Amino acid sequence: MHTKLKIREFLEQFFGDHQLRDDEDLFSTGYVSSLFAMQLVMFIEKEFQIHLKNEELDLKNFQSIDRIANFLEQLKVENV
Amino acid sequence: MKVQLTTNQIEWRQQFRRFAEEQVKPYATQSDRNERLSEEIMESIRSSGYLGSMVQEEYGGKGFGPITQGLLNEEIGKVCSSTRAMLTVHGMVAIAIQRFGTEEQKQTYLPQLSDGSILGAFALSEPDTGSDAKSIQCKAEVRNDSYVLNGVKKWITMGQVADLILVIAQLNDGPTAFLVEKDTPGLSIEAMTGLMGNRASMLAELHFNHCVIPKANRIGKEGMGLSAVALNSLDYGRYTIAWGCVGLGQACLEKSFSYSKTRKQFNQSIGEQQLVQKMLTEMIVEVKAARHMCHHAGYLKEINAPESIMETWAAKYFSSKMGVNVANHAVQIHGGNGYIQGNDIERLYRDAKVNEIIEGTSQIHEVLIAKNANMAWIRS
Repeated sequence: MHTKLKIREFLEQFFGDHQLRDDEDLFSTGYVSSLFAMQLVMFIEKEFQIHLKNEELDLKNFQSIDRIANFLEQLKVENV
Repeated sequence: MKVQLTTNQIEWRQQFRRFAEEQVKPYATQSDRNERLSEEIMESIRSSGYLGSMVQEEYGGKGFGPITQGLLNEEIGKVCSSTRAMLTVHGMVAIAIQRFGTEEQKQTYLPQLSDGSILGAFALSEPDTGSDAKSIQCKAEVRNDSYVLNGVKKWITMGQVADLILVIAQLNDGPTAFLVEKDTPGLSIEAMTGLMGNRASMLAELHFNHCVIPKANRIGKEGMGLSAVALNSLDYGRYTIAWGCVGLGQACLEKSFSYSKTRKQFNQSIGEQQLVQKMLTEMIVEVKAARHMCHHAGYLKEINAPESIMETWAAKYFSSKMGVNVANHAVQIHGGNGYIQGNDIERLYRDAKVNEIIEGTSQIHEVLIAKNANMAWIRS
């Protein structure tokens, strides 16, 4: 499955019927609680089989579907 | 579907049970009375290596998985809640360093935390800040190559004896985590006494007065002290507390079951009375249900599932309420004999209550669980 689709599928449980744009800020929508960041990081690590390093745990990397997909793409490039 | 412990986990549980019965239980009452964990408990915990149960083996820990960590906390929680509290807060510091620490911080502190040569404590709460953690007032400022901490932390479990304290303070208006060593100038420690339960948890109020720490002691990114570091530690805290409650409930159940067989009234054991049977049934079912919830949360942690976070909130919420209910029944079954110092039931009853307050009150759990409820989670 395409990376963005996988992310969307995970996010649906938090955002319900809200039509999320790829560039929409996930944290300022009012749909998520303080626990969301932790749940999102766990999802990314499990789904994409990676272990995020301390310096990678920056909210900027997880702010939108676009940002997450770009970040994962960048990780792939760095690991080649 | 298969829900059973592995052979390895069963063996560990036997070892934990033996350790708890032989090394901790004999000193639990004395520790409660003295409001201080006995030297015997401290020494045996250190030499057992269980303080490093959550630390990876490469840093000197036991590297237990979440289920095995849970079993340890159940068995210790069954005999002494204050000792279980020590395992919890110590582990909260260790896992913060393991997850968010620099390699240097890991190499410096994790082996010492694992072998017990240093003890950890977690400092978030303040005199005026409990549930609303974002409003902490303790402040950190940058000065040259250092941070300067000012403020007060309160209700810090093991604060009287901890060597390394994980402190959450505002840095440029963003909660940030710092590691503070006990002997740092500007840190003074005031013991808190007179607790209702968990009396040997050696709580303290910590005063930071121009307390200067090296810049290398920040843990995690600036502004991520609450949303990342503390939440991760508190998740571990809730998980181990939930398991500790299962142990406490199990102890109440076993003692009540035995007592109801031997105590005779109206020419028969009280266990023959249907109203006592009702209480025993509720105790059995509630303890079993709580243990299942802890197992489920633990399983989700083992597979790194994001659902584990909310399952842990649910398990802690239920288990802490269960602990209070079951301890209440235990006192009722024991009558006057359970209402006097020296009987373990009296201590267990007092110890149970705090679990509805720490690592999020039951009311905060109710708000958060309802807010985070979504169809995917409710159906799972």
